[in-house]
Amino acid sequence: MNLWLLAANSIAFGGLLFLLSAGFALIFGLMRIPNLTHGSLFMLGAYFGVSLMAWGLGFWAAALVGGVGVAVLGGLIERLLLRRLPGAELAQVLVTLGLSFMIADTCLMQWGGDPISIETPAALRGASHVAGVAFPTYRLGVIVIAVTFATALWAMLERTRLGAMIRAGVDDPMMARAAGIRVPLLFTVVFCLGSGLAGFAGVIGGPILSVYPGLDQDMLPLALVVVILGGSGSLVGSFVGSFVVGVLYNFGQALLPELAYVVLFLPMLLVLVVRPAGLFGRPSP
Amino acid sequence: MALALLASLPAWIGNSYYVNIASQVLLYAVFALGLNVIVGYAGLVSLGHAGLFGIAAYSGAILINGGYGHFLGIVGALAVTLGASALFAVLALRGTGLGFVMITVALGQIVWGVAYRWISLTNGDNGVSIASRPAPFGLSLVDADPFYWATLVVFLVALAAIAVFVASPFGASLRGARDQPRRMNALGYNVWLIRFLAFLFSGLWSGVAGLLFLYYNQFVSPQTVALTASAEVLLMVISGGTATLLGPIAGALLVVVMKNVASAYIERWNFVLGAIFVAIVIFMPEGLVPGSLRLWRWGVRRWRQRLAGPVAMAAVPPGSGGGQ
Repeated sequence: MNLWLLAANSIAFGGLLFLLSAGFALIFGLMRIPNLTHGSLFMLGAYFGVSLMAWGLGFWAAALVGGVGVAVLGGLIERLLLRRLPGAELAQVLVTLGLSFMIADTCLMQWGGDPISIETPAALRGASHVAGVAFPTYRLGVIVIAVTFATALWAMLERTRLGAMIRAGVDDPMMARAAGIRVPLLFTVVFCLGSGLAGFAGVIGGPILSVYPGLDQDMLPLALVVVILGGSGSLVGSFVGSFVVGVLYNFGQALLPELAYVVLFLPMLLVLVVRPAGLFGRPSP
Repeated sequence: MALALLASLPAWIGNSYYVNIASQVLLYAVFALGLNVIVGYAGLVSLGHAGLFGIAAYSGAILINGGYGHFLGIVGALAVTLGASALFAVLALRGTGLGFVMITVALGQIVWGVAYRWISLTNGDNGVSIASRPAPFGLSLVDADPFYWATLVVFLVALAAIAVFVASPFGASLRGARDQPRRMNALGYNVWLIRFLAFLFSGLWSGVAGLLFLYYNQFVSPQTVALTASAEVLLMVISGGTATLLGPIAGALLVVVMKNVASAYIERWNFVLGAIFVAIVIFMPEGLVPGSLRLWRWGVRRWRQRLAGPVAMAAVPPGSGGGQ
């Protein structure tokens, strides 16, 4: 297999993982909620995209509307269920896990058991030549989208008032609350944002991964490994972690297809032994 | 009394279908009791135990198919499971609380990935089957009844071992490490080592349950190590009530019976499982056994108060008594 192509695929997959895990890392970092529905939200976004496109929406519109739909659902989950369980970590794990089963089963009922592929948008079909090497245009597009979102998220977190409030909430929720920041509202905003990103990533990932039952369980551990690698609550950590995991997963699948999962596990093992808080995470007090 | 009831169960049930379900309940009870050591008594929620259960079943199946015989197969499978438990524990104990949960999820999924993709070893999605059940002391376990008795014996050994473990000074230090880790540290206990050993003990019984599962089905597939499987056994522990001996057994009974009943009438077991999780967390956070006890005590008090006359019926809000 062409090495350049493999590298481009790896980076595109890393970009997709970033869209998925940035939300997971933020939710985990700010709210201390291990959102085990995150993989399901990704899959649900992809299925929403399928249905929206079947109703005649264009690819990008479907990705946006799908993302917004999943964001609303995420907001409902936070408001109606997780809000009732403040600080009860085990209960939150169980509720999000239970919801992920319910979502997976509902998707199976609604969209059936066969894989559904999402068509690559017409403008990004075929290959582009960069420095004399042919790359699939859509993968390059995914990389551009991921970098754009990373920049936008970074600017939002570092340069806006909302971002400053979120950072304050991650660093010290009690003090943030004492300083007059409405942390509960912040929770809902971050949960919607993270869910929406996951749903959006599901549609964007459709042309690469297609949609099938079990996609949620394929993606969730990847997001977990990214966050364990990068550190919770750290955007830079998820960014670096996503590309590390993307590269390892794709190269692993190409070179050692039977052991791709184990290859994925090695850097996680290393990081856990050397730096349990993650590469960019702060050790918990 | 309960023992006599359990031992004579096949006689009064008759139908081998129900005897098989009873065997399933017992083997999952062993699994849930093992998981409860780490979830209930150590206070560390593991969502990767189906990985250990599956490692035992897979390595048992592979060794038996490799011609090593049942005895070596069982011993080897338990040794592999203990090794895997040690690896799991070393990694997962780098985090506590949520870190522990997330690492166990990731480890469990990696085992699933290996079971699913390492086709030359595990035969992928098709799974591995074994030709026969063992015949300890010349007793054939092919029929439902003898297999039930064998499972019952293993179950009783597991129950006794875990009861002794929990009541021992080590069990007390494990609960101490759960409730007051810093104080235990200050008192000179090695909290990490206590948790590590508890994880190994928990992994061992998960492995025993995995082997029972292998012999029950004579088959193991990636489904056995999926996250759903870890969640199911966690549901047994939580629904029954953590850190009790009876809780996981009641939970195993509840989940196995419900799963068999539910799959006979509806196809949507996963949906039901998820809904039960959500409902338990919202309505009975302390588990079904303690939760029902609380409701029952509250009911009894209400009834007594009614006998004592309307004056004593001062408003006692539900849930305010008993549990506290």
